[in-house]
Order: sequence, then C-alpha cells, then structure tokens
Amino acid sequence: MSTQPNSFRTQPDERGHFGIFGGRFVAETLMPLVLDLEREYRAAQSDPAFAAEFDDLLTHYVGRPSPLYYAERLTEELRKDAPAGKGAQIWFKRDELNHTGAHKINNCIGQILLARRMGKTRIIAETGAGQHGVATATVCARFGLPCVIYMGARDMERQQPNVFRMKLLGAEVIGVESGARTLKDAMNEALRDWVANVHDTFYIIGTAAGPHPYPELVRDFQSVIGKEARAQLLERTGRLPDLLVAAIGGGSNAIGLFHPFLDDPSVRMLGVEAAGHGLDNEHAASLAGGAPGILHGNRTYLLQDEDGQIDEAHSISAGLDYPGIGPEHAWLRDIGRVEYTSATDTEALGAFQLLCRTEGIIPALEPSHAIAAVTKVAREMNRDAIIVVNLCGRGDKDIFTVAEALGTRI
Amino acid sequence: MTRFAAAFAKPHAALVTFVTAGDGDTAAVLDALVAGGADVIELGMPFTDPMADGPAIQAANLRSFAAGTTTADILAIAKGFRARHADIPLVLMGYANPMTVRGADWFAAACKDSGVDGVICVDIPFEEDDSLGPALRAAGVDQIRLATPTTDAARLPAVLDGAGGFLYYVSVAGITGLQQAAQASIEEAVARLRTQTDLPIAVGFGVRTPEQAANIARVADGVVVGSALVELVAQHGADAPRHIESFTRSLAAAIHGAKEIAA
Ligand SMILES: Cc1ncc(COP(=O)(O)O)c(C=O)c1O
Repeated sequence: MSTQPNSFRTQPDERGHFGIFGGRFVAETLMPLVLDLEREYRAAQSDPAFAAEFDDLLTHYVGRPSPLYYAERLTEELRKDAPAGKGAQIWFKRDELNHTGAHKINNCIGQILLARRMGKTRIIAETGAGQHGVATATVCARFGLPCVIYMGARDMERQQPNVFRMKLLGAEVIGVESGARTLKDAMNEALRDWVANVHDTFYIIGTAAGPHPYPELVRDFQSVIGKEARAQLLERTGRLPDLLVAAIGGGSNAIGLFHPFLDDPSVRMLGVEAAGHGLDNEHAASLAGGAPGILHGNRTYLLQDEDGQIDEAHSISAGLDYPGIGPEHAWLRDIGRVEYTSATDTEALGAFQLLCRTEGIIPALEPSHAIAAVTKVAREMNRDAIIVVNLCGRGDKDIFTVAEALGTRI
Repeated sequence: MTRFAAAFAKPHAALVTFVTAGDGDTAAVLDALVAGGADVIELGMPFTDPMADGPAIQAANLRSFAAGTTTADILAIAKGFRARHADIPLVLMGYANPMTVRGADWFAAACKDSGVDGVICVDIPFEEDDSLGPALRAAGVDQIRLATPTTDAARLPAVLDGAGGFLYYVSVAGITGLQQAAQASIEEAVARLRTQTDLPIAVGFGVRTPEQAANIARVADGVVVGSALVELVAQHGADAPRHIESFTRSLAAAIHGAKEIAA
C-alpha cells in the first residue's frame, strides 16, 4: 500500500488522533483535567525516576518479566489433524502469572504513579471482568489511596470472586444498574463520578481507550508485554515471531503485545474480538460489526444503530463485553497493519477446556478467545512458524461461569 | 434580528427550559412551556449513554427509547414546534454520536430544515470542533458552547471562538440535576465571563426552584431549568403538560420579575 506511514509507532498525533480515530470527546468540565494529565504524562516520560519506580514495582511487586512459554502439548494436539507439514509452534506470553492474575496490573501501576505525581487523593475505575477493578484496588491498597470501583450489576453476578477480592482490598464497589448493567454502563458511571470530583480524583481507565492521552499511556504501560516477548523470543530462538495473537476487549493487552513489533514487517498480528452468540446475533465484535462513532471520549468503531445509539454488546467473557474498541486498533485495522477476527462464546469455551487439559493452565475466558483463533490459524501455518499468544489472564475468576455454561454445579 | 437576539433583548432575563424529546407527548409539553412563559426551548436528544446526565434525565432518555423515539421523530418534533411558534428559539441538546453519525453536514442541514436555531453538544469541546462546528456555522445554526467552573482564563477565548446564540454557564462541576451552585460563585463566574464576551450568558445545572432562578436572573441573562421539568413528565405522564405549564409560569414570574427588583 502506498499510503503506509514510515513507522506505525509514532501515533497518536499531538491532538491524540490515530488517523481519524481517538481524540478528546469529553465534556468541557473534564477537558482541563485531561490536558493536565497529558502534561503530567509528558513530564513523567522524560523523568528517569518515574521509569525507575515503574520498573521496580513491575519487577518486585508484579513479578515481571512474565515467562515466555512454549506450549508443546497444545502445539502437538493441533498438529494431529493439521495438513502435512502444518501446525505452527505456539508460545504463550504468560501475563496470567502476574500479581492479581492478569495484564491489567501493568497499567494500574503506571497510572497510580501518575495520580500521585498529580497530587490526586482519590481513585476511581470501571471494571468488566473485575480484573481491572482488582488491579486498581490492589495498587490503591499498596499506595494507601481510597478507591471506588464501578461495576455493572450483571457483571457483579458473574464475577463474584473478583467483587469479594476488591472488597478485601479495601475498595468500595458500586453496582451500576443502568443499561445492560455491564462494562459500558460502569464506564458511564465512572465518568459521572469523575466530572463531579475533578479536583481530587484520578480516573484509572482499564483499557487503551477513552480520551487522549489514555489510549497512548495505557498502551505504553502495557507495552512491557511486547518488549519482553520480543527480547525473550530473540534470546530463545534467535528470531522474531511470525504471528502475534491477542484477545480484544478495549484492546489493551493486544496493543501491549503488538506495539513493539509494529515496525517489524515480517510479524503478522491478529486481534480476536468476542463474537458472542455469533456475528449475526448478539456479540461484542465492534470492528466486525460496528461503524465509526464517538463514545467515552474517543472516536472509534462502535456497535450502534443508524441513529448512533449504542447497541448492547454480548460476550460470555465480561472483560470483552464492550461495544467499542481502543482507537489505535481502529486505525491499525483501517490501514491494514493488523488483522482482526472473532471467536464465539462456544469456541472460547472449547479453547478454555483444551488449554486446561493440554497444558495444565486454566486461562481466563478473555484469552480463551485468542486461543480459539489460534486453533484455527496454527493448523494453516508451517511447522517452523512461531505464534506468540498473549495469555493475559488466569481463569480462577471464570470457573463459575464456565461451570454454568457446561451445565455443572459446583 | 435572530430569534436568540430577540429572546435575550427583552427587558428581563430569559427562562431557558429543557425537556427530553420523545418523553411523553413532547409537542404538548413544548406548548405548555411556551404558554407558561419560557423564552428559549432546549430539546434534549436522547442518547443511550448520557455520561453528563444525572438520574432524572437518564430516566427520561430510557422512557423516550421505550416509546421508540428516533432522530427522525426528534426532527419532526422540532419542525412541528417551529410551525406553531415562529419566534421562540429552539435548541437541540445532546451528545456527539447521534449528532454526527450521518455526517455533521447532514445534521446541520437537518437542524436548519427543522427550524432549529442552535445546538449544544455536550461531548465536543473546542479541541474537537471540526467534528461538528464548521458544519453548523456553514448552515447558519448557532453553536452554543458550555463554560464550566473548570474553564480557566486560558481556555475561555477558545471556548468563545465560534460560539453563537448564548453562552451556557454550567454552574457546577458535575452532572445534571444534582447539586446546585452557591449564588456567590455564580455571580463571580458571570462577572468574569462578561469581561470576555458580548454573548448573553445563561446559567444552568441544579436550578430547581423559582427562588433560585430569581437569584440567578439578577446577575445572568438567562436561567436554564431542566431536571425539575423532566421530573414532572415522569410524575404526571399524560397529565404532565398542565403541571409543566403552571410550574413554568412560576419560574417565568420569578425570573421575569427579578431584574426590576434589582433596579
Ligand atoms: C484477562 C483479561 N483479558 C482481557 C481483557 C480485555 O481487556 P483488553 O482488551 O483491554 O486487554 C480483560 C478485561 O477485563 C481481562 O480481564
């Protein structure tokens, strides 16, 4: 394509735009705060002490670097019914081993350090699966700041272990009863809190979305995933991967893995959205089934009707149950640098069980979508090809949902 | 003279009323507002995700959706209003996505065609003005900008650049319908804004009673009342217009009399 930029890693522009996507679509009340945050983030970026503190906490508190693991038995399992010579090697970036059980903590460490630099004394966040809520409650406990988590009431029902964890960690969890009572509604309520408490409150957004500079700074904090994976694979195999695969809710674990590889032309990337009951039914695949629009501070692909009213998403995975996607993904898809596909609830459940049995790893339902996509593409790729999958969360939180879906009582 | 200019040229402050389109019999509600003495009408465009609204307007949006309201219906309500009331300025207020989904030019033309004088978009700050502002200005529809307690002196000129109709001062940092601002802070803010603009200044968010409205009317050019009216629609359903008219009458009396008391 002749319109390709020299580098895919220089976005966003100074207004926070990734091509036509992104931006700062917030109420005037919030705008000065969003600008403050950007100023503070720029200052932090050029402050070696900020990077040192971030790295130190990631090493000693979060437990980084997370391992890069060759999933040999899964690889062999998929080769069984692959055409001759096919069946790529599958490697996992094991961010499920992080403290609190998912990649979400990487971002929370970065944002709480920013909150402290800004002198904010109260933290709020939205959560879907509860992983971001738990990670936020964790860093708030660690730094002694009061924490309010907004969570859709339906998500509270299906992610009860995480609700209890947040409470143990000292957070106040507020159930949101509006809309479909899931992640989108929790985000609306967090924004309402923020606009009323701008003077003392920092909003730790949990994915690479929202008004600029959130998509950029969340990406940067999560890029530790891709930087580590790149160095680890080079060290172990002397080469770059052929394909990266990650699940997409708002897109933070995916952009964290992808971004450090964007300028490596030999590396293909595949983002996996949640197809729920199927793309012709209820789902959460905003790239596959949505159109560009404006919500929650940014322009991006949204599930919406012809009047611009936002549709309810559906996914068995609470962390993917969102009708939008981070703006950088919207841009990467439109320019063709990253490919996107989707996996249904049923496919994710199948992949979840497959991983339990072949590797002794219980994944979260979110990365189970990525694994479902891998079971298809690995069979079409040569045996010497390397796929790195972001295993971005562990499945402890999901065992009740999975048991119910499988018709088992626990 | 534009409808806005005429409405704000009256010898008293203007009563600016907000209701949600498609919540109840909107045409009858709008007629009741006019009969009660409203000087400017704001018609809320319901949105599935009203991030800047409190419980009352959120619920109004849900009732409107439950009744099946579409953008076409809202524009038809505007057009009908304009046919019945030639002189009252009409403002559409809402969120970016429903306004821009068919393209800003489409929306601006639809506003013009429906007799809409101005547009308030909650989630397009001047930084993103190119998403809607140029199209509105080209169509001759005023873009009503919001100033808030967090809008500092450095931002204000850019907020005012391209603004038309009137300046809407959001008197509290927060969502609609909950807290009310202290009178002293409103007076200070309005005085500060006046040094920067010749646009009329209307003050809103949290204004619920004729007494509060009268106090604000002594210093501002307009007073916006929304949630308190929307709650009457919720409370009285089909019978709402009667109640809206009498409440509006009490607000109008307080606001329209206020300047004379001060003089
Ligand atoms: C384990 C896990 N993976 C993925 C996601 C989706 O978010 P994102 O797309 O930002 O990585 C979540 C969200 O809660 C999660 O908990």
